[in-house]
Amino acid sequence: MDIHEYQAKELLAKFGVPVPRGSVAYSPDQAVYVATELGGWHWAVKAQVHAGGRGKAGGIRLCRTYGEVAQAAKDLLGKTLVTAQTGPEGKIVQRLYIEVAEPFEREIYLGLVLDRKAQRIRVVASAEGGMEIEDIAKSKPDSIRQVQVEPAVGLQPFQARELAFGLGLNIKQVSRAVTAIMGCYRAFRDLDATMVEINPLVVTKDNRVLALDAKMSFDDNALFRRPQISEMRDPSQEDPREAQANQHGLNYVGLAGDIGCIINGAGLAMATMDMIKYAGGEPANFLDVGGGASPERVAEAFRLVLSDRNVKAILVNIFAGINRCDWVAQGVVQAARDLRVPLVVRLAGTNVEAGKQIIKESGLPIISADTLADAAEKAVAAAHGKAA
Amino acid sequence: MSILINERTKVIVQGFTGDKATFHANEMICYGTNLVGGVTPGKGGLKHLDRPVFNTVKDAVAATGAEASLAFVPPAYAADALMEAADAGLRLVCIITDGIPAQDMMRVKRYLMRYPKEKRTLVVGPNCAGIISPGKAMLGIMPGHIYTRGNVGIVSRSGTLGYEAAAQMTALGIGVSTSVGIGGDPINGSSFLDHMALFEADPETKAVVMIGEIGGPQEAEASQWIKENMTKPVVGYVAGLTAPKGRRMGHAGAIISAEGDTAAEKAEIMMSYGLHVSPSASELGATVARALATL
Repeated sequence: MDIHEYQAKELLAKFGVPVPRGSVAYSPDQAVYVATELGGWHWAVKAQVHAGGRGKAGGIRLCRTYGEVAQAAKDLLGKTLVTAQTGPEGKIVQRLYIEVAEPFEREIYLGLVLDRKAQRIRVVASAEGGMEIEDIAKSKPDSIRQVQVEPAVGLQPFQARELAFGLGLNIKQVSRAVTAIMGCYRAFRDLDATMVEINPLVVTKDNRVLALDAKMSFDDNALFRRPQISEMRDPSQEDPREAQANQHGLNYVGLAGDIGCIINGAGLAMATMDMIKYAGGEPANFLDVGGGASPERVAEAFRLVLSDRNVKAILVNIFAGINRCDWVAQGVVQAARDLRVPLVVRLAGTNVEAGKQIIKESGLPIISADTLADAAEKAVAAAHGKAA
Repeated sequence: MSILINERTKVIVQGFTGDKATFHANEMICYGTNLVGGVTPGKGGLKHLDRPVFNTVKDAVAATGAEASLAFVPPAYAADALMEAADAGLRLVCIITDGIPAQDMMRVKRYLMRYPKEKRTLVVGPNCAGIISPGKAMLGIMPGHIYTRGNVGIVSRSGTLGYEAAAQMTALGIGVSTSVGIGGDPINGSSFLDHMALFEADPETKAVVMIGEIGGPQEAEASQWIKENMTKPVVGYVAGLTAPKGRRMGHAGAIISAEGDTAAEKAEIMMSYGLHVSPSASELGATVARALATL
């Protein structure tokens, strides 16, 4: 789960990470009010969306007067911001963060990630802040310094010091950078984050260290014990179908193609989508109905897939292990009445013959397939209006 | 032979008396697994499925000589259950549970390092379908009837793709020595490489199928090891060619977030290390047949 910059800064500040003064605003009036309350001479008006690359996309405005703050807020609120990370559909701006803008001397990159290879938390820093880490890795790989955290004892101050000295900071700056790094680590550990990124962490003329931007992502599997994080969820930043799927215990990811997929198991779902591509089609979605594909769940899956207007055919692929094919087939037959698009069904595993019989006897125009390849080819043909 | 489990392996179930655990424990007994009891804290002394229930894993080991366990424990208590199993000296724990926090698994992995390698518990899963040595024993939730006994090992991140491979092989008359599901989470108890080494040492296994997916470095690691150490042919497949970057595809670990995470890159790496790469999931069985023909 992702959260907004302002939420990440609120959380990190509680762990001792220094952040510029700022506050959230939902309207131009409120933005001006926040700026007056904050004081100072310059303000950054920042669009709050769950994606990086906001600066380049015009989502961050530096303002010198209250009038400019109001204008920036008017321009940004309600706008769909398209950045390098949002995809072409962009993300809607419904909240702004108004922050006191301070001049700074240096920009540093600081990131904490779950390293899957080492199976540990890894802290990454670079003196080349402000650029994306992928770009730093390509253009200035020597500037990247990193340490791994031993899970039994956690990040140690000496490790943070090594990073800070390695960035070429002076002794005053080092002790403040260590505070920021240790704070980010404790937030990562205590809140079950999967990513904390401060880019840039800036150093001011008077040797202060500030998190100018902040991004945090959290482990969905740990949200059950992090209610304060769950509350930060912003549905406006998520695909409504994915949110709906989540509520029904389904896993759904919307894509650009026209063949709707309903499959049990994440691996088989991905493999079936690949088969569709292999057969010359494009999948409209990823959908895993999970282990217990009850008739209700199957019906919900159909509703979800059909809510995508691009869908021209549906492919159901169930390898019944614990499920029984006859049970799944009953769900499919119920859900498939009055279907507006062709339906291809491939059943395999437990009670497959009984399942096929139910499909056959339903009298519905369901196209049966025996193998994965057969199913994909028939679905592609059906979507393109050809009989397989 | 087979790897990890056979008809003699003494097995317990952690979280024995829960609904799902009861259903699958019964399936395992019917399959022929030597299930000697189970653990549910607070229910020690009772009988369940005609077998004794214990309060702690240590009690179960002392009374039954159990060496392996299948854990059906809710996500919040899973790390605790795994550490308890390790501390009780079980050789093998297979954990089915989906939804365990990644940092919990990180701590479990660190905890296992307390024990010298020869005494260290091997954790299979989480978020997996389990282990089956066809015709001998099942430690998991798979449909046992789709597997036939034979000489090909399967190791898969996905449960259903493992079934798909087994079914395609059965249709071609090819049997399985052992099939292992390592699970779809970002931090697994054991990796492709761990099981590849076991299959290499197993005289019954003549070839191995490795079924990967997007995300994480383990397919590449295993492929390199295979090139350098393995004498048996290995068939590789990676699901997720159509998966977009940065989107989680069902499994917590199935996300493209770093270089080398895509299906195309992984298939390329497998190919460069000499694996027989199956071009699609529907050709897994046929690719295994071709690999066996090289022997």
